Amino acid sequence: MTDVRIEVQDASFTYDEAPEAAVKDVSLSVKPGEFVAVLGHNGSGKSTLAKLLNALYVPQSGRVLVCGMDTADEKELWNIRQQAGMIFQNPDNQIVATVVQEDVAFGLENIGVPQPEMMPRINAALQAVNMMDFAEHAPHMLSGGQKQRVAIAGILAMEPSVIIADEATAMLDPSGRKDVLDTIRTLNREKGITVVWITHFMEEAAQADRVVVASKGSIVLSGTPREVFSQVDTLRELHLDVPPMTALAHELASAGMPVSSSVMTVDEMTEEVLRLLCPSNSNI
Amino acid sequence: MLKNITMGQYYPVDSWVHRLDPRIKILLTVAMIVAVFLVQSIVGYALVLGFVYLTAYLAKVPFKMLMKGIKPLRFIIVLTFVLNLFFFTDGTPIIAWQFIRITDAGLTQAFHYSLRLIFLVIGTSLLTLTTSPIALSDGIERLFAPLKRFHFPAHELAMMMSIALRFIPTLMEEADKIMKAQMARGADFESGNLLARAKAMVPLLVPLFVSAFRRAGDLAMAMESRCYHGGDQRTRLRVLKLTVNDLYAALGVAGLIVLIVVEGILL
Repeated sequence: MTDVRIEVQDASFTYDEAPEAAVKDVSLSVKPGEFVAVLGHNGSGKSTLAKLLNALYVPQSGRVLVCGMDTADEKELWNIRQQAGMIFQNPDNQIVATVVQEDVAFGLENIGVPQPEMMPRINAALQAVNMMDFAEHAPHMLSGGQKQRVAIAGILAMEPSVIIADEATAMLDPSGRKDVLDTIRTLNREKGITVVWITHFMEEAAQADRVVVASKGSIVLSGTPREVFSQVDTLRELHLDVPPMTALAHELASAGMPVSSSVMTVDEMTEEVLRLLCPSNSNI
Repeated sequence: MLKNITMGQYYPVDSWVHRLDPRIKILLTVAMIVAVFLVQSIVGYALVLGFVYLTAYLAKVPFKMLMKGIKPLRFIIVLTFVLNLFFFTDGTPIIAWQFIRITDAGLTQAFHYSLRLIFLVIGTSLLTLTTSPIALSDGIERLFAPLKRFHFPAHELAMMMSIALRFIPTLMEEADKIMKAQMARGADFESGNLLARAKAMVPLLVPLFVSAFRRAGDLAMAMESRCYHGGDQRTRLRVLKLTVNDLYAALGVAGLIVLIVVEGILL
């Protein structure tokens, strides 16, 4: 199974004492180097799904394979977590050490990397997220976006093949959000690291190769951002927004204008409008 | 108002003493305290004082900083002195007036105990002023590592200490935020008597505790996802190495103990 990084097969997970399953019979496969966004509202089960991918939770039925390893197999637990690194929502609650470079070292110490190899790996990881200047800083002096980049470096140092981000930008300001997403996109493009990006922000999902929409523990839509966002009515039913230009195109189309429903950006909308206006221009 | 807290009482300068191995510093501090208990005479205390003064000089720590450590304990020191003075009734009386009896032995005893207490505080202050909390927890972990065989949780203790240190500023910031939010809605933290002020802290402490528990849960999950599984087979970024300077420091303290013992025998 070298052509699949993550394979979820009919996985279900129910929390203790919860009346309903948080994740119900979900199947999903992620190819190497792919950037998949999982989109969903609160309580859609998207965070639970993320934790299944890192063996923090093990599905009660079905299977989850990470790089061919079954998350139910305890012998592979640390290999799975080393291969599939995870970033969490709250930037403060995932930094362990009192100095940035020592926090990056935390994962390396845990997997028993020999001490002489650590410093080069830490420096490379900090360089990759553009935080080298802060190597000696105390984490509480950093901004939210910087803390998240330190968290990414901490995972990167462990040389994972997949990064799972569980709403990593939800608590950041707009510039921090852009920084973190750009960092992850660069890693995805330049190092070929597979990314599973869990979010409730449309505009972030729009940048992915593939969007998977979760609702009430199931996957309801899946496809390229263009395919998914053109399903305006379905998304609205799920209380999810669509990108403003897609919404506008949808309004125009339902008012009887022949506008393509796959419009996502302002530029594309301009082109569509010009295309519609051109015939009338030639009449003048 | 809660900003600018310094962690512990670490005095951040670069000095010969600061650069010593934390393990050695912990052991030498213990040795020095033992030495203080061996002291028999005023000359002995003068030796210890001289040694402390020299160490403070080498550590570039102002002597006043050391004295500051005694301040919170002044009540206990005075109490120790007074109790020993009045209730140690052996020896020849110096003053005997109605029920008050002060003996020469009692006076010596009172001086001994309070001086020991003072040097105990100064000795540990020397350690904490010159060793960062993180280096200290590192040192403790490694000193206690041999006890792991008897299931002593050396690594866990050090990990807890360093996580506590990591989260102090975070929780301080949060307390400040909650306090301001409560003040904006009319809470009064600053007036009233002690009881009223303690009561006013309740709406601050409850949310702070709730969030601390939530943070602990999150952190545990984040640590697990980064392959944390206790202290076994764990490597370390920072390695403690003994240097010649550590040897000199050990010799210095050994010299002090020898001097004190010799002085005790001779005089």
